[in-house]
Amino acid sequence: MHIQADREACIGAGNCVLAAEDVFDQDDDAVVLVLEEEPSADQVGEVRNAVAQCPSGALKLVDD
Amino acid sequence: MSTSTDGAPPVPRHMQRDRFAPVPETQAARDEAGLIAIRTGFGTPARLVTRYADVREVLGDAERFTNTGLPRLPMPEDGIDPRAGNLLATDPPEHTRLRRLLTGEFTVKRIRRLEPRIVEIVDDHLDAMAAAGPPADLVSVFALPVPSLVICELLGVPYDDRAEFQGRAARQVDLSLPLEERGRVAAESRTYMGELVDRARTEPGDDMLGMLVREHGDDLARSELIGIASLLLIAGHETTANMLGLGTLALLRAPEQLALVRDEPGAVAPAIEELLRFLSVVHSGIPRTVRHDTTVGDVPVAAGEVLVLSLPAANRDPAAVEHPDDLDVTRTIAPHVAFGHGVHHCLGAPLARAEMAVAFPALFRRFPTLAPGIPFEEIEFRSATIVHGLRALPVTW
Ligand code: HEM
Ligand code: HEM
Ligand code: SF4
Repeated sequence: MHIQADREACIGAGNCVLAAEDVFDQDDDAVVLVLEEEPSADQVGEVRNAVAQCPSGALKLVDD
Repeated sequence: MSTSTDGAPPVPRHMQRDRFAPVPETQAARDEAGLIAIRTGFGTPARLVTRYADVREVLGDAERFTNTGLPRLPMPEDGIDPRAGNLLATDPPEHTRLRRLLTGEFTVKRIRRLEPRIVEIVDDHLDAMAAAGPPADLVSVFALPVPSLVICELLGVPYDDRAEFQGRAARQVDLSLPLEERGRVAAESRTYMGELVDRARTEPGDDMLGMLVREHGDDLARSELIGIASLLLIAGHETTANMLGLGTLALLRAPEQLALVRDEPGAVAPAIEELLRFLSVVHSGIPRTVRHDTTVGDVPVAAGEVLVLSLPAANRDPAAVEHPDDLDVTRTIAPHVAFGHGVHHCLGAPLARAEMAVAFPALFRRFPTLAPGIPFEEIEFRSATIVHGLRALPVTW
């Protein structure tokens, strides 16, 4: 499974960082950075929360 | 519906509350087919969106639903466009341009750097409260001053001016006042902000106004700077202040949940999300206007129709969360729309979360015997304001 982040759509709300701190970060303009494109099994739950809480629909968790 | 002061439209349905909850009619609307007809704060017709999925659909689609095209408060002519710089009154791409200038100041990392100062501000206010009481009015000694001081320092607004601008802010969001008066107050606060902006333009400080002038002085008109600063000032204290007041009351009524927030650091973040959901202090998103004929869920809506989004009703939708009318800080975080959704999702969310994460546990640790000073039935909830809250919260310890 891997994460797709649409940096154009991102509005920098930071919900993803709060939901999954070891997977997401923000650059200086608050736009999302994906630290772990392929989250480990124990990160997947957090990542799903992050995707659900992202207000801009910028995040997707895609099956490989 | 109740009417208050002469000249003010009746309190709109979506702002009527039964203590913490939306009124039963609003809760019931979720189960009705279609979208019920209501009136906005201006007395103009609108339809109320109450289901969680529908609210997310409307807020999540700035192409079909616009934030422009609402009636304006009557404004005295002062030559400053009241909408300039107000992110909430713009659509992309204009909205995107303004928002991108600000988001860097509100990253999770930037806000973490403010935390030590938030801790100091919270502790100072708890010291003062301990020295002066018991009893105390928690709203005026803690819930309101803490976020006010935080946002003042962040923006670069002199805290000594607070009596003035807090009074104005309170009147601007009070829909029981005649529209003319709200318009006049809005113009006064723009004049005040104009002076601060002009000062920052001659002598930019280290605060956010200074940063905006230094880094974006060429991209932002004076009127936009005024609009941004006013929005942040209002948004930055009315909202968090009411979360702290109402949240404290809600937890005092659930002592075992309060104990978790006080004693278990890991319980704090999920508890805050649950309080945001349960209290939904912002009753509605800015009303959205339908751009062209479309549907919400499977309900047809016509071009030009105004949709009001009930955030509290959506956050208590049993389709989205189990036992929605119970406060349960131990639930696995349910996504909620208390900060809105889509491109206008609250810019200040990381700051508000950080303030609450410091303030709640510190308050309960300092005063382990904190208790309401009057019976629950006598506590006065304010009604008819854009942000739900308490007029006062008498406490003792
Ligand atoms: C400087 C800051 C603000 C000013 C001057 C302001 C002013 C206004 C005005 C004039 C209206 C009437 C509608 C319009 O003209 O668009 C309004 C409505 C509204 N505002 Fe604000 N506002 C401010 C900040 C906020 C913030 C931060 C929020 C939310 C977090 C908010 C939420 C709303 C809502 C929900 C309505 C619609 C009320 C209804 O449903 O009838 N406002 N505001
Ligand atoms: C717990 C406290 C807060 C709550 C519940 C809250 C709620 C909201 C909601 C519901 C919206 C979206 C309104 C809509 O879509 O029509 C919003 C937008 C906004 N909030 Fe907050 N807010 C809070 C704290 C703050 C703070 C502390 C700040 C600033 C420092 C802030 C700044 C803003 C701004 C600037 C917007 C407009 C964003 C945009 O249009 O892109 N809010 N807030
Ligand atoms: S939650 Fe979504 S919008 Fe917010 S920073 Fe992360 S990707 Fe961007």
